[in-house]
Amino acid sequence: MKILFYLLQKEFRQIRRDKSILAMMFVMPLVQLVILPLAMDFDVRHINLALVDHDHSTFSRQLISKIEASGYFKPVSYTSTYQDALKHIERGTADLILEIPSGFERNLVREKSQQLGVSADAINGVKAGIGGSYLAQVIADFNAGIRVQFNPAPPPAGTIMLTVSNWYNPLGAYKYNVVPGVLVLLLTLIGGYMAALNIVREKENGTIEQINVTPIRKWQFILGKLIPFWVIGLLVFTVGLAVSWAVYGIFPKGSILLLYLFAMVYLMAVLGFGLLISTYSDTQVQAMFVAFFFMSIFMLMSGFFTSTDSMPAWSRTISNLTPITHFIRVDRMIILKGSGFNEVQKELYYLIGFALILNGWAIRNYRKTH
Amino acid sequence: MNEPVISCTGLTKRFGDFYAVDHITFDVYEGEIFGFLGANGAGKTTAMRMLCGLSLPTSGQARVAGFDVYTQTEAIKKNIGYMSQKFSLYENLTILENIEFYGGVYGVPRPELRARSRELVATLGLEREARKLVGELPLGWKQKLAFSVAVFHRPRIVFLDEPTGGVDPVTRRQFWDMIYEATTQGITVFVTTHYMDEAEYCNRITVMVDGRIEALDTPANLKKQHDAGNIEDVFYQLARQAKRTAD
Amino acid sequence: MEQLLVFIRKEFFHIFRDRRTLLILFGLPVVQLLLFGFALSNEVKNIRLMIADNAGDVSSQELIAKIRASRYFILEEQLADYSEIEQKLKAGAIKGALIFPAGFGNDLSGAVQLQLIADGSDPNIAKTMFNYLNSILADYRQSKTTSLPDYRIEPEIRLLYNEEGSGSLGFIPGLMALILMIVCTALTSVAVVKEKETGTMEVLLVSPFKPAYVLLAKAIPYLLLSLLNFTLIVAMALLVLNVEVKGSLFLLFATSTLFIITCLSFGLLISNVTSSQQTALLISLMGMMLPTLIFTGFLLPIENMPGILQLISNLVPSRWYYLITKAIMLKGLGIAYIWKETLVLSGMTVFLLGLAIKKFSIRLQ
Repeated sequence: MKILFYLLQKEFRQIRRDKSILAMMFVMPLVQLVILPLAMDFDVRHINLALVDHDHSTFSRQLISKIEASGYFKPVSYTSTYQDALKHIERGTADLILEIPSGFERNLVREKSQQLGVSADAINGVKAGIGGSYLAQVIADFNAGIRVQFNPAPPPAGTIMLTVSNWYNPLGAYKYNVVPGVLVLLLTLIGGYMAALNIVREKENGTIEQINVTPIRKWQFILGKLIPFWVIGLLVFTVGLAVSWAVYGIFPKGSILLLYLFAMVYLMAVLGFGLLISTYSDTQVQAMFVAFFFMSIFMLMSGFFTSTDSMPAWSRTISNLTPITHFIRVDRMIILKGSGFNEVQKELYYLIGFALILNGWAIRNYRKTH
Repeated sequence: MNEPVISCTGLTKRFGDFYAVDHITFDVYEGEIFGFLGANGAGKTTAMRMLCGLSLPTSGQARVAGFDVYTQTEAIKKNIGYMSQKFSLYENLTILENIEFYGGVYGVPRPELRARSRELVATLGLEREARKLVGELPLGWKQKLAFSVAVFHRPRIVFLDEPTGGVDPVTRRQFWDMIYEATTQGITVFVTTHYMDEAEYCNRITVMVDGRIEALDTPANLKKQHDAGNIEDVFYQLARQAKRTAD
Repeated sequence: MEQLLVFIRKEFFHIFRDRRTLLILFGLPVVQLLLFGFALSNEVKNIRLMIADNAGDVSSQELIAKIRASRYFILEEQLADYSEIEQKLKAGAIKGALIFPAGFGNDLSGAVQLQLIADGSDPNIAKTMFNYLNSILADYRQSKTTSLPDYRIEPEIRLLYNEEGSGSLGFIPGLMALILMIVCTALTSVAVVKEKETGTMEVLLVSPFKPAYVLLAKAIPYLLLSLLNFTLIVAMALLVLNVEVKGSLFLLFATSTLFIITCLSFGLLISNVTSSQQTALLISLMGMMLPTLIFTGFLLPIENMPGILQLISNLVPSRWYYLITKAIMLKGLGIAYIWKETLVLSGMTVFLLGLAIKKFSIRLQ
């Protein structure tokens, strides 16, 4: 126990002196907590529309002004040929083209039916889909207006209204989704990255050799390394929670104790991962490359940026094999929905499993005697 | 010089079909300064690492401070000090913090720790630098400090692996004064070096060639046996037979 | 010239002897492109939706069948009250619940209201779900109108560049930009610093070798390897991810070479202003990772960001390269449409390379 005390004292002293670690600990959380919630907004607004009106009739002008008034679209050009409008799509300045054919009004009055051409830049499928359906809605409304105009007593057509209530986030603000995720990213970087580098640094400097001839046991050395980062991780988590409350007004709806329980177990799992990387690397450069490789996979597969449900089954399996996926899920559940222990216990067992496997593997791999 | 504190018989370390250390046998007695000479790659460091419990032998017997190197490495570690080729104190801790850490790890009680570290800093003449980071010290002082830390917990044996590499002659002289000072406290010193003048300071020396011990005696006897004026000549005679190239 | 060749050969030896570097150079791009290319998309699919059909009549079943037929939902039909719905939402078992009123079918001729309760903790899914359901409802309403009405305007929607409507198409050039940017920058940033750290740089500088050659010789092997790497990436995009290059392959390679040089210059600059490999990597890997992810533009919509972030995004080379590759690969456009972006990249390259050389010679004095 005494040995552990001296190890911890040494670690904290070293961390306090290490400018780059301190910077990573305080600057990174700040930057991430400020930038990511600002940058992550997936709403489809400002759909840029290129208009081609071959008809120049009263109806076509009415339709155009109705589209302009709808608020969904920003007309970027009024051209006389489809080719010119297509240039806007090619340059990326327009997302949709609406082409009103010549004879639009005449056909509508005489033939009582008319087609409109809508072309969407489908590289961004989401925008194309939503833009297309908004445009279809506006056109349908316009169409209904025309019918009333020609046939003042239409047969009663049924309407179906879909009302939506967004629970936990009535305004649908993205920050509620992003901020809890950032908290998890922070813990991951501290646990998986900084701890790994720290241990490898002792290897690289040769100080581990000196440690190995002292009566310090394997488990004492490992605990001496893990505990400081575990404590720092929890500290950063607390700071992060405070910032998300103070700046974004997000306060955990569920039990804070439960949240910390998860944070503690999660940190153990990622620290185990960091330890594992350090046992496979001799230099900090190697450790950084390996850690980066996995961190980038963790980050992109975790459901932080894109939904895991939308992935193909095999990718979802990979996603589930990374601890971060589970903690992001739970973190959002507890903070935003106030989920209780029963709802999240399965994820806890996952995380405990990860912690045991990763640490066990790392300790097996960490040899004091060669 | 009664009881051997280190004794090994047929100690061997093999990597694949390469014998880094090839059946070496010797005893080291209490209070001795035991020198280990050899060219680069002769197997000195490997032999020392086995005795410190850093590396398991392939075969052979060895006991250090009465404990077996296969099964009682943890007990060995409580009884030895070690100073490696590479400077291995923490550069971003102060002198006092380094002493406190290593002393604490070896179980020196806290009040004694505080008093003795102040004493040590005074003997080294580093009072003004005591709260400076070790990384800021010149190399010579670092080495002296590393040695002091290695013997701070008063081990029975201290292992020094090329302790004076890259150090100026004056500091080397002072360094050896410190080694003598340690032996007066009953600490046995096991030192590897390739400075031949340092070999003269040892009570007994061994010369390792290609993983084997080619000579073991007092410096005076060795010179007599090989009809040489100094240890350097003895070393050349023996090392010339080496087949391995350095590193 | 001969000296330069000797030097370049030495660099290749270094790279090929270091297995970990090779792993990063070739393993990381392959794994990441395959993994992310299949896994990531902005499309929302497999939404778990609970259907509480309080009507249980023919019409409601018809509508439910329509929802099921769309590929976006995984349905769970169950009569449930609010507390049960809440429980399921809290457990994350469903993303929303669609509640049919009793007598849905009977009221169809008048006005009926369907209620959607969405899990707002994931606003993207909630909003998309609402949009999907709305269009399914509109379709359903249309199909219910027995006879075709008079004065009918029908929009005919054409999907350009992506007829199958694949959700991850835009991600492929984005991932290419991301991977090339990180890998090229990181590897070059380490290359020069390593020689500084081991002291071999001093030896090179006292040799009769022009300092600019030293940089050049450092950069050329990485340029060649990066091109090889790029070829590998394109081959995989074509063969495994089934993306076709609609435009000129030559133009794609030419602009990509430019982008690789931009990244190499950036890497050289980093290595000339840092003194250890750790610092160089900290900047090029960890420091660059997030800005590249955020500002390349394939993952997050830049147009929604606040003005200051949009300005910053202009400084990220991968953003311009993404626009270029998207235009060439997916839209099949020629140089006339991308000369502006190419010019920006060229400007960045000249600036970064100039700065790198300047920092390098300053260090010499």
